[in-house]
Amino acid sequence: MTPLAGYLLVAALLFSIGLAGALTRRNAILVLIGIELMLNAANLNLIAFWRYGPHPEALTGMMFAIFSIAVAAAEAAVGLGLVIQIHRHAHTTDLDQMNRMKG
Amino acid sequence: MQETISFAPQLAASPIAGILWLIPALPIVAAGLSALLNQAKRRTSATLAIGSMSFSLLLSLVAFGHVLAGWAHGAAGRETVNFTWIQVGAANVDLGWVLDPLAAVMLVMVSFVGLLIFIYSIGYMKHDENFTRFFCFLSLFAGAMLGVVIANSLLLLFMCWEIVGLTSYLLIGFWYQKPAAAAAAKKAFLTTRVGDVFFLLGIVWLFSQTGTLLFYNNGAGSIEHGALAGLLAQPAALGLTAAGAIGLLIFAGAAGKSGQFPLHVWLPDAMEGPTPVSALIHAATMVAAGVYLVARVYPLMQAGMQPGGTTTALTVVTWVGAFTAVFAALIAVAQNDIKRILAYSTVSQLGYMMAGLGMGGVAVGMFHLITHGFFKALLFLGAGSVIHGCHEEQDIRKMGGLKSDMPFTFLTYAIGMLALCGFPLLFSGFWSKDGILEAAQHWSVAKTPFYMLLFGALLTAFYMTRQVAYVFFGHWKGGKPAHESPRMMTVPLAILAFFAMALGAIGTPAWPWFRAFLDSRAANFDLHGFMEPGLLALMGTSTVVVFLGLGIAWKLYGDKSPRPEEPDALEQAAPAMWAALRDKLYVDEFYGWTVIAFYGWWARVSDWLDRRVWGGVVGGVAGLFGLWAQLNRFLDNNVVDGVFDKGCEELDVGGGLLSRVQTGRVQTYLRLLALAVVALVAILIWSSRT
Repeated sequence: MTPLAGYLLVAALLFSIGLAGALTRRNAILVLIGIELMLNAANLNLIAFWRYGPHPEALTGMMFAIFSIAVAAAEAAVGLGLVIQIHRHAHTTDLDQMNRMKG
Repeated sequence: MQETISFAPQLAASPIAGILWLIPALPIVAAGLSALLNQAKRRTSATLAIGSMSFSLLLSLVAFGHVLAGWAHGAAGRETVNFTWIQVGAANVDLGWVLDPLAAVMLVMVSFVGLLIFIYSIGYMKHDENFTRFFCFLSLFAGAMLGVVIANSLLLLFMCWEIVGLTSYLLIGFWYQKPAAAAAAKKAFLTTRVGDVFFLLGIVWLFSQTGTLLFYNNGAGSIEHGALAGLLAQPAALGLTAAGAIGLLIFAGAAGKSGQFPLHVWLPDAMEGPTPVSALIHAATMVAAGVYLVARVYPLMQAGMQPGGTTTALTVVTWVGAFTAVFAALIAVAQNDIKRILAYSTVSQLGYMMAGLGMGGVAVGMFHLITHGFFKALLFLGAGSVIHGCHEEQDIRKMGGLKSDMPFTFLTYAIGMLALCGFPLLFSGFWSKDGILEAAQHWSVAKTPFYMLLFGALLTAFYMTRQVAYVFFGHWKGGKPAHESPRMMTVPLAILAFFAMALGAIGTPAWPWFRAFLDSRAANFDLHGFMEPGLLALMGTSTVVVFLGLGIAWKLYGDKSPRPEEPDALEQAAPAMWAALRDKLYVDEFYGWTVIAFYGWWARVSDWLDRRVWGGVVGGVAGLFGLWAQLNRFLDNNVVDGVFDKGCEELDVGGGLLSRVQTGRVQTYLRLLALAVVALVAILIWSSRT
């Protein structure tokens, strides 16, 4: 097994845990945490592909990952803000009750 | 025509001629104002009407005085004020008014008689609930009539003429609840319309030939020398010149308005209107409008006349007039309605006027018009007073002995009756009728009209005596006793009675002032006027004729006072003739069998054509479209709608299915998304394996 495959395996595992959390958790904050996990799995992939790719001397993968983390931070802030607003509005963070967009 | 563009009066016009338009305008404005009043404002509307009429009379007198002064200085002229009304391309339609002796005399007569009748109407219409409307119509009539008098344009005259016809219609049908009045109004309107169509044709023809409808316009008018020369050179059909043909067309209009045979049928029926209306419109003024019209276009009528000769147009006027005079007098003999007798008498006298115009010229006809205007208004108002006094009874057989109950009415009525009969020397009718007879005697074409008119005079004396004998002599046969009318009604009678006698003075052979005035010649008092050859003999003859008529009638009817159901004295003598005369010589029946039957037949034919022929065609087309529509409906229902409905159903089902996915739960969506990604990845892997 090459080191890359190992990283990818860890990243895939991390993504699956995140996805499972996002799909199964009822609490909006835990769903948000699941999403953050999936994001970080993607970051791990980016770093691994950069480090074991054809041009490890250029810092492109690192830059990508840093950008992605910055965006994820902003996204987490927006997401948390939305969750707080929803909680204020509906007095719950249970996603099963958030079904007003039902067609 | 160029110098009279815009509303500026001609330089020659005097101040009074400049404001002549006020004379008709005042009553018309009064009519407009009282049309706005409500029913309760009786006093206001009467004041408006009488006030405006008084001002018109005042202005008329000033105008008359102005013409008179000019005439006394030997400069009686004709003043016209013309202006362009419409300009179409190169053609102008001009209107204007004229002040000349003819108009001045007529103005005074119309406004004076009109004012008296207005005053009388206050008394007569006192109890009528539509008092305000009555005075509104009456003022409108007076204004339009005065407009006819001063018009210097055939078009303006025609417009006023039609308003006069309209008000006549409105006033005959004033008591429209009475079916007879409504029918009479319609009859009057339609019958005069027959004449007016010819009149309008004449106007159009005249305009096309001369390019102007002004009568007088400094030599460029349509009945002045230049235009007449052109009209004479233009031949029309049947050996007539254009001048003659147009003259005859205009005369047809005049005949309709003036009740000349064969268009006289409306006038007796018009007596269904209130009596003041009969007096003003259907005796003194409106019916005289036709005579006035002929007098106004007299230059056209006599165009091309050789000295001592005559023209075709004037010959026709004479014959129609003379025939009408005798014809209507005959019918008047056998009528029993007090107003109908007077109506036929009016028709007959209008015939005299027409004959006078045809044979003797403007002055002869106009003099009879003026005197007749006064004494016939007097007779009608007298008749109104009698009817009022006898509690709305109009049948002379049910009256009698009124000379003691209504002495004042009797006195004035007798004066009017003697004036109408032409009782010698004292009464105006004698002089004016003698003028016509004298002209007839010297007529170059035939002597027959003279004898006809003489016979007419005999009949006139006869039927008037019969009427007076029935009404005023004998004994009272009605129920409630008769009473004398109020002062408001008798004072106008007295004034009219005075003029019925006095007016004769201005037209005697010794002092033919009226004729001289109209002809703008000097009038001299000269007793030798009586010494003209044949004149004294003629006066003697007509006196004998009048006394003969009076005598025969008095012998037949006298002081006998037969009972209402008893046959008339004349009926006993000649029953067949009496029946014919009583039934108005069957003219109405004749029209019923011919004109009206024809229209009825034509209406039925049209109805049949409409129903069967045109209706069939339209129905067929409609049926075709109906079939086409049925086909379309079938296609729509079964083909177009079927396809459409099917499509809608499918969409509905699909939408239902899809909407189930929309649970509203974010995590469901996310799950679907994850599944989709997995599927996508699977596809990518599977497809990249090759």
